[in-house]
Order: sequence, then C-alpha cells, then structure tokens
Amino acid sequence: MDAAGVAAALRESSGVRVVSGGTKLGWGRPIEAPELSVSELDAIVEHNEGDLTAILQAGVPLAAAQQRFADAGQMLALDPPDDGATIGGVIATGDSGPLRHRYGGPRDLVLGVQVALPDGSLARAGSKVIKNVAGYDLAKLMTGAYGTLGVVTEVSVRLHPVSRQKLTVVVRRDDPRALVDAAIELTHRPLEAERLDLRWEDGAGTVLVQLTGPSAPDRAGGVDGDVVEDDDKLWAAQRAAQRGPVVLRVSTTQQGLADVLAAANEHGAVCVARAALGLAWLRLEAADAELVTKLRARLGTCVLLDAPAELRRAVDPWGPLMAEPLMRRVKARFDPYDTLNPGLLLA
Amino acid sequence: MDGGRQLIEELRRICGDEHVVTEHHALRTYESDGLLQYAAVPRAAALPGSGDEVAAVVRACHQAGAPWVARGSGSGLSGGALPIEDGVLVVLSRLRRILEVDLPNQRVVCEPGVTNISISAAVGPSHFYPPDPSSQIVCSIGGNVAENSGGAHCFKYGFTTNYVCGLEVVLPDGSLMTLGGKELDQPGYDLCGVFVGSEGTLGVATKITVRVVPTPESVRTLVAFFDSPGHAGHAVSAVVSAGVVPGAIEMMDNLSIGASEQMGHAGWPTDAGAALLVELDGPEQECDARFGEIERMCEEAGSNDIRVARDEAERQLFWKMRKAAFPAMGRVSSHYYVQDSVIPRTRLAEVLDRIDELSREYDLKVANVFHAGDGNLHPLVCYDGHSEGEAQRAEELAGEIVVACVDAGGSITGEHGVGVDKKRYMPKMFSEADLDAFQKLRCAFDPDGLANPGKVMPTPRLCGEVPGPYREHPLEKAGLAERF
Repeated sequence: MDAAGVAAALRESSGVRVVSGGTKLGWGRPIEAPELSVSELDAIVEHNEGDLTAILQAGVPLAAAQQRFADAGQMLALDPPDDGATIGGVIATGDSGPLRHRYGGPRDLVLGVQVALPDGSLARAGSKVIKNVAGYDLAKLMTGAYGTLGVVTEVSVRLHPVSRQKLTVVVRRDDPRALVDAAIELTHRPLEAERLDLRWEDGAGTVLVQLTGPSAPDRAGGVDGDVVEDDDKLWAAQRAAQRGPVVLRVSTTQQGLADVLAAANEHGAVCVARAALGLAWLRLEAADAELVTKLRARLGTCVLLDAPAELRRAVDPWGPLMAEPLMRRVKARFDPYDTLNPGLLLA
Repeated sequence: MDGGRQLIEELRRICGDEHVVTEHHALRTYESDGLLQYAAVPRAAALPGSGDEVAAVVRACHQAGAPWVARGSGSGLSGGALPIEDGVLVVLSRLRRILEVDLPNQRVVCEPGVTNISISAAVGPSHFYPPDPSSQIVCSIGGNVAENSGGAHCFKYGFTTNYVCGLEVVLPDGSLMTLGGKELDQPGYDLCGVFVGSEGTLGVATKITVRVVPTPESVRTLVAFFDSPGHAGHAVSAVVSAGVVPGAIEMMDNLSIGASEQMGHAGWPTDAGAALLVELDGPEQECDARFGEIERMCEEAGSNDIRVARDEAERQLFWKMRKAAFPAMGRVSSHYYVQDSVIPRTRLAEVLDRIDELSREYDLKVANVFHAGDGNLHPLVCYDGHSEGEAQRAEELAGEIVVACVDAGGSITGEHGVGVDKKRYMPKMFSEADLDAFQKLRCAFDPDGLANPGKVMPTPRLCGEVPGPYREHPLEKAGLAERF
C-alpha cells in the first residue's frame, strides 16, 4: 500500500490501529481496532550525503537507515531501544535515546513530514532543507502524537557526521544526591559531550560522559573518572534499560533527578536518565496502579510506557494532560470522527 | 470594527488611558515593522502591562469581533507585525521582565518583550542563549517565538524552536493556556513546538521558558577570500563533509564585500569574488585540532588569502563586516529588497548561476550574503525606488529567485517568516492539501480568524464548525472569502 493508499483507506475507515514496526503497541491506553500498517512503505527515498539530509518512508527500519547512513560516515542522531523499530514509529512516539543529549529528540531532527489524514488527503509540511520557517510546523505536531492526528507516511530528517574517535568516562557514586550533583557539575561545563547519562542500579550509580572528536582522549583527563574506550556495551545497556516489564518515563529538571534516583533506590528500580535534559526512565519488575499514582504525586509528570494491559487499564498511562482542552480542539479538526487510534491518547 | 469606540473604552479600562494609543500621528510609529515596503495604521494600539492584561485585551477584541496583531520590537523582516487597518495592535514592549533565572536547571523564564541579547546577559558569562538573529540587540524573544528566529550560529546550535520548552499563551478567545514548561516531553501533543514559528496567527505568548547552555570554552574565527562564491562553496562542502560542524559559516559576495568595506574599513580585498567567515567554537583542544583542518580546506578550495582573527577585537571586526552587509547596501543602492530563501547546500553553485542570469535579464544588481552552512540565502535585489517601474521589476526578480530556490528543493523562507511578504509564494511550495492541513491547525486555535489575519496563508480562509452541520459565514455569503 502506498501513501495515497493509506490516505484512501483512512477515508473509508471508521477506526484504525496504526502500526509500523509493532515494537511499541503496548504503549498508551489499550485499544481494539483493525490494524492499518505502513510497514510496506519501506523505501529510503533520498539520502543527500552532501546536504546531510534524508527522506525516509515511515516503515523504514531505523537500523536499516542507520546502516545506509553509516556507509557515508553519517547518522540519524536517534538511538532509542528496539532494533525492530521503524522511523515512523519512533517519530509517532517521540522515542529517543542517549544521543538526545547533544542532538535533540525526534522533534528536533525531523525537517518535514508527509501525512495521511482521515479526510483522505495527503499533506506535506516542512521541507527537506535544514532551515525552513514556511507554514506551520506540523512535523512537530505529528511527532509524539502517537498517530492520533494523522498517519505519517514519509519524513525528511537532518543527519549528522559520525565521529570516529570516541570514549566514555565513567564517574561512580553510591548516593543518589551525590550522583546527581556530580552530573550537574558536568552538565554545566562546556564539554560538548556526545552523550551524558546517569544510571542507578542496585544501590549504586554512574555518570557516563561520552566524548568524541580527535581531542577526546585529551579532554577525558578533565573529567574525574574511569576511561572506557570500547564503550558500546555501556550505551547499549543505557538504551536497554528504557524497556522492561514496567517502565515510567519521568519529565523533570536536572535537580529533580535526585528525587527520581531516590525513588528508584527505594523501589528497587533501575533508572537511566539524560542528566542535562531532566528525562528519566524508571524500570520496575512490577507495579500496580497505586504505585504509579504514588510516584506521580512524588515526581510529577510520569508517563507509563511498557506495562501490562491490565495496569494501563487500571491507571491512566498518560497522567494529567496539560492544555487538554486545546489538544481536544486540535484532535477535532484533524480527526473529527476519532478514526485514528481511537482512545489511545484522548479518552 | 463595529462598536469600535466601545472596544477602545474597554482597552483603556484594561491598560489605563496612557497605554492606549488612538491618535493617527502617534499610531504611525507602528505602521510598519522591519519591512518598510508595507504600512498600515491600526485603529488603536494597546500596550498591556501584564499577561493578564494581554488576555483581557484579546478577550475584548474577541467579544467585539475585532482582528488584532501582536507586535514585539517591530524588527521582523516579513511584515508579520504589519497592523490591520481597523484592527487593534497589541504592543508587548511593556512586558520586559525576566521572571526567573534558574541556572542550576539551565532555564530562563521571561516575558515576551525581553530582548534576545538580555537573556544571554542574564546567564553569562558561564551560559548563553544560542539563537542569535542579527537584530538581537533589539529584537524581542516574543518575536523570536513567533518567527522561529535563527541567526548566524544556528547551523551548529539550532533555532528558537530547539530552545523554547514552555509557553504561556493567550488564545484568540482570550483564554490563557500553558504549553510545556521547564520539563521536556510532557505527554500529549507538542503544542509548544507548533506554536513557535506560527507568526502570531495562533495567539500571543505572554511567558516564555527557554533552555540555556554552557558558553563554549574557545572561539576561533577566520575569513578566507576566494575568486568566486562557487570556490567558497567548495570549501564549505569540504568542511561539512569532513564532519566538522563550525559555529557559523557565512559567505559574502563581491558586491557585499565592497559595501561592507566602505562601512567597516577592515581592509578586506574589494576585488575578491567571495569572503567566507568561519567560526569554530567548543572545547579548546577540539578547536585547536580542527582549526588547522579548516584553513587547509580553504586553501585547497583555492583561497590564497586567509586571515585569522588574532584577538576578540579582530573577531568583532570580522562580524561587524558581516553584519554591516545589509545596512551598507544602502550606499550601493537607494533601495533593496531582501529575500530569505533556502536551498540544499549542494545546489549552491547552480542557484547562484541562475541568480546571475536573472540579474542580467532584469538589469538589476543582486548582492548575496548568506548563511552558507544551512543554505540560507539572503539575496539583496538592488533598485532605485524613484525610477519608474524599477520597484516592481525588483519584486518580480526577487520572485524569480524564490522560484529558483524552491525548484532546487528548498524553501521560500529560512528565518524571516512568511508574513505578508511571502504569502503569495506559499503555493509554490505547498499544495492545496498542504494548505488545508495548515488551516485545520489554525482553526483549532483561532476559529474566528482574529489573530493576525491576512498573514502566512495565501488566500483568506474560514473555519467551518467541527464536526457539526454546515452554516454559511457572513463573509462567505458576501463572496469575500472561500470556505475551507
């Protein structure tokens, strides 16, 4: 099915579950609807090496795109978990990994979208150049909207050069507060780190600072910790901890991360966090609605990602939505008959 | 504006008599923004003193059915803050407080009238706010939000939208809404992201939360001269392909070098075909390692005159030359028309050839100053406004340049915004279906079309009720607008 086919199918449909790689179908409120898959839209439409941009159809597996870019010494600076994830799913869920520290999230890297709307139209917004302010930034609207406003069929993205030289400095602390203090000291230095993460597990924690570029070995001396040159495993573990039986994504501030780590410590959770961004993932072996509610009261915004369907029924996976009336107005204009992932985001 | 007198009384009640301007001569202060080709005098200008007053002003306009336009410092270059005759201009210059500097969390919360530069000043020298439009000394952060402003350093650091994480906005019905905050990734739609760059057509921001970052340890700047912009373009490609991301790469052509030299007196060769200003910033060791590479690549691309700024004063001089290019053009030509198109960087040489060809065809000079890293051209079409028909010829030529850039896979505007100036080019870049999708968003925020009407969209459109039954709008009945 091509993009026009997706749009035509939407026009005829009274309700669909939008699917691409199928790796994150357990996120949001559980819903029942016939599946509409974009996984056949799997062409890398353009890779403009000299311009460091690319156009990808939604169903392109992220790993396949990365392989193609790597051949030219480039990358799409998105490294969320899930080797089976497609670019469409990553954009729809706004998922991200440790590279977000330096390059931003999907919202910051998507230059334009083509989107199929429930009225059967196929619309584009943005462009394929890295700088553009013409028209509304619907690419940002669609990013993280979980396919509830339109079905993204194609995206144009900005790429970045890959640095050959890289290493990670590991700083250890066994107290959550001390660990966050150590991280904050580093986030306020002009390190230009590629990645800057926290990890808390089994009563001890690390700050991980990845440096890249020809001067990385020299600069590593400025950070008081152990240098790990072969650091792929460290970062794979950071990404992996964003998935689990129950995962809560916490939106807080840099200082607020101390509370998140303390909570992780008390509940035997693994916590990984982007130290400079105030984003944390709490991975629990199990949780009930009461615990989720308690953590929200303590930590603020917590979105329940991975979780059994019964838990996502027992407690709202999203928590309170800011500006919900306006969100409903936007939804009503783009998807007036609630065709797209009905009930997944707005009940 | 029916009941205009009543609305003005209401505005006076909200803002105080001294903060509502209604005299024609006083209102002329606001008749244009930074794009002087357009002028319109509003019915009234209101200068609210707080976010609540802004909300009350907008609510009063909504109740009166009066269109309104928000204005920050008025330095925009696309006519985005051009007033609506018979409408209200909401001037935000009194909202200039920095409300909170939260340095530990790298956030600043401020009012929209705060100037761009004062955010960096508030967090410096350890931190700074990266988006740096050339007008940063005067332009307001509220205007930056409306336009999603860029600047010379955005190739490396990104645009306003990458730094704004929270907004308090007044919607066109006068309601206050909080979008995002200090925390990233709030659940639900990224309405903060979509508001940034919406050119005042979705509402007005009354409180803005931005992210600030550590100031780079080291800055190294050079200028290299080339025989032609094409040669300089090769140097840019070489630098970027080598995986170096400079803080800024700016190019000037022969005409702009000559004009700037008259103002800046930097001793730059006025016979050079192009000047490339490259600035590398970051950790000292990394800058040292990379700077030599850049010099070598400039040489390989054909430059035999490379000057490295020896100190901060010389660096400032280099930047003065770059920033003088627009104002200095006034010495070369009595009038000029600035474009803001973007092209994929690899198409630079062919697009510049096309611009040369058009320049000869129209018999008008075109100077070029541009952000070479991101392919954002600023062709300045020079003309004599006093010569019969020349202004129109200049506008036609500028339009042809826009078309050439869009045909090359680019955009009609990289940082100045669509405003009134470029809305006629929107159909070159977007289909009817695309524009319909834009209108869906607009209708969600502003179903009555009162916020900055007549900007961005090429033709006036109305919002239907959703999803209820069809009702004819009075303007539609009168044949003045078509229904979306």
